[in-house]
Amino acid sequence: MEKSEASMQQDAVLLRPIEQTSWKFWVFIGILLAIWLWGMFAWLTQLRHGLEVTGLNVPVYWGLYITNFVFFIGISHAGTLISAILRLSHAEWRRPITRAAEVITVLVLFFGVGCVLLDLGRPDRALNVIKHPNFMSPLLWDVTSISIYLTASTVYLYLPLIPDIAILRDHMPKRRWFYRILALGWKGTERQHRILENAIATMAVLVIPIAVSVHTVVSWVFAMTVQPMWHSTIFGPYFVVGAIFSGIAAIIIAMAAIRKVYHLESYLKPIHFNNLGLLLLVMSLLWFYFTFAEFLTTYYGSEPSHMVVFLSKTEGEFAPYFWTMVVACVVIPLALLGNGRTRGTVWGTVVASVSVEIGMWLERFLIVIPSLSRPRLPFAAAHYSPSWVEWSLLAAFVAMFILLYAVFTKLFPIISIWEIREGRERSVLEVSRRVQSYLDSAVPPALDQKSS
Amino acid sequence: MARWAMVIDLDRCTACQACVVACQVENNVPPTGVGEAEKGRAISWLRVVPFVDEEAHGTRPPLRLTPLPCQHCDNPPCTKVCPVQATSIDDEGLVAQIYPRCIGCRYCTTACPYTVREFNWKRPEWPEPMEQGLSPDVSIRPKGVVEKCTFCHHRLQRARDRARAENRELQEGEYMPACVETCPSGAMAFGDWDDPRSEVSRLSQSPRAFHLMEELGTEPKVIYLSKGEWGGEV
Repeated sequence: MEKSEASMQQDAVLLRPIEQTSWKFWVFIGILLAIWLWGMFAWLTQLRHGLEVTGLNVPVYWGLYITNFVFFIGISHAGTLISAILRLSHAEWRRPITRAAEVITVLVLFFGVGCVLLDLGRPDRALNVIKHPNFMSPLLWDVTSISIYLTASTVYLYLPLIPDIAILRDHMPKRRWFYRILALGWKGTERQHRILENAIATMAVLVIPIAVSVHTVVSWVFAMTVQPMWHSTIFGPYFVVGAIFSGIAAIIIAMAAIRKVYHLESYLKPIHFNNLGLLLLVMSLLWFYFTFAEFLTTYYGSEPSHMVVFLSKTEGEFAPYFWTMVVACVVIPLALLGNGRTRGTVWGTVVASVSVEIGMWLERFLIVIPSLSRPRLPFAAAHYSPSWVEWSLLAAFVAMFILLYAVFTKLFPIISIWEIREGRERSVLEVSRRVQSYLDSAVPPALDQKSS
Repeated sequence: MARWAMVIDLDRCTACQACVVACQVENNVPPTGVGEAEKGRAISWLRVVPFVDEEAHGTRPPLRLTPLPCQHCDNPPCTKVCPVQATSIDDEGLVAQIYPRCIGCRYCTTACPYTVREFNWKRPEWPEPMEQGLSPDVSIRPKGVVEKCTFCHHRLQRARDRARAENRELQEGEYMPACVETCPSGAMAFGDWDDPRSEVSRLSQSPRAFHLMEELGTEPKVIYLSKGEWGGEV
C-alpha cells in the first residue's frame, strides 16, 4: 500500500485533469458547443428541405458527406489498429500512447457513421438496411464491418481501462459510484491481471483483421462500380494505407495537444514523437507508391473515359487540389520527417501531421468527386461546390469529436497509469532479458555475470 | 416469358422531344423550375441528350441528339449495389424501383454508367391546375428517394388485365410505353425481344443496331439504330 501511495505521488499529474478543471476548459467546451449547435441548425434545415440545400446535383450525387465518411473512417485506423500492432510487437514506447490513440478510434467511428446518415435522402428509413438487407451491396458490407469494428474497438479501449478505473475508484473523492460500476470489482490480483492480459492480447489479434476489413470495404463501395478511376483492384490496400497514414497523423496531433494542455512532457517525450514520425514517414512513402502506381497505370492504359477524370485531376478543374495534396502528403512530410533534427521535435512532427490530414482529406475529396462529375456519358458532366450546410456539418462533427475527446480526458486518465507503472517495474528487466535471448549463447562469461 | 425491349432509330429521330413531354405527363414527373434546372437538378426519365462528335467532317453532323431512357440492362450495375433491395430486375427484364423502401443513399445513381437514375431533391410540386391532371396509375414519389424510367410498367399491368378479362393472350403492340406511342416520326419501337416475330426482334437484327457502351457488359435492352460509325464513338 505504501508503495502504491508513493507511485500515486509520482503519477499525480496523470490524475490532475480529472481532479481539477479550470475555467479555460469550460470556455473551450463552450466554443465547441456553439459550433455544434450551428451544425445542428444546418442539419434541421436539411431535414426540413431535403438534400436540396446541399451543393449536390446530377451526376455528382455524392459530395462532402461521403468524403468526410471516408476521411473519418480512415482516421479511426489511428487508434485500435496501431495500438494493437505496437502491443503485439512489444514496442515498449507504446505505453503512454495507446489509450490516447484508442479513444480517437471509438469516437471518430460514430462521426463516420453519422456522415452516412447525413447523406441519406430518407434517414427515417435507415433501418431498412436491417429489415431488407442486400448482401450483394458493398454498402451492406460497410454496415457489417463498421459495426463489428466499433464493438471490438470499444471493448479494446475498455479492457486496459479497468485497472485505471479501479485507481480512480480508490482515490477520487467524486463520482465514486460511476467508477465503482465500471471497475467491475477489480482488485489487481495476480489472477485478474492474467485474465486481463490474455483478453487484451486476444482483442489485439482480433482487431487487426477487422480494421483492415473496414477500410477495404469502404474502398469497395467505389471499386465495385464500373465508374472511371474507381474501378481499380488496388483500391482496398490503397485505402488501408491512406487510413493508417491519416490515423498516425491524428495520434500525433492529439498527443501534442494533451501534452501541452495537461503538462505531460515527462510522459510524452520527443522520442515518442520521433518514433511515430518515423512510422508516418514510412506511410507517406507507401502512400506515394500506391498513388503513383494508380495514376501511372491509368495514364498508360489511357482509356478515354478514365483519361477525362485523370486530366481533370492533374491539369483541369481539380488540379489545384491535386497538387496541394501531393505537396501536403509527400513533399512536406518527407522534408520534415526525413530530417532527424525536425523529426525529433514535437513541432516538426505536428506540422507534418497537420499537413498530412489536409492532404488526406483532399485525397478523399479527389477520389469521390472527379469520377462523379466526369461520367462516361460526357453530356452529364457537371460542377460541384459544397453548400454552407455541408461545410457547417463538417465543422460541427470535428468540433463534437474534439469536445467528446476533451470530456474523456476529464473522466479517465488519458495516459494508462497502470501500464506506465508496469513499464517502470517490469519492462526494463524484461527487455534486457529479451535482448539477451536474441544473442548467441557464446556470450563472454564476464559480461553474462555483470548483467545478472 | 416476355423480354421487353425498346428500339430507337436515330436516323429517323428528329429530336422533337415529344417523347420527353409524353413521359413527364404519363409518369407524373414534376416540372422543375429554372433555378433548380440551373443547379442540375431537373428530373427527367427520358432525356434527349447531345453527343458532340469532335471528328465530324463532310456531311456528318457534329451534334447527335439521342433519346436516353433507362437502358433496362439485363445485367444492371444499379440493382447489385442497392443496400436495401429497393431496386431489382423482374422476370421480364424490367428494372424497377420500390419508392417506399428506398433510403435515398444514391448508390444506384452513382453506379449507373448511363446517368439515367433520378433523385428527388425536394417535395414534388405542380402549379395549379396541373395537379388535377395527374395520372392515377402512377404513384407520386416523395422527397429523398430515387426514381427512374419503368418502361411504363403500369401500362403492362393494364394491358395484361384487359387481356386476362377477355380471356386471351397479350397481343403485340398492346403494351407500349408513352414515349413510343407518341413518337411522331416513328423512330421508336417496343415489344418482346424473345419473340422472333416481333418488330423489336426484327430491327435488332439490323446491321445498324448497337447498344450504348456495350463494352461494359451491362447488356442493355434499349437498341439504337444508326448508320455509320455512331455506335463506336460514344
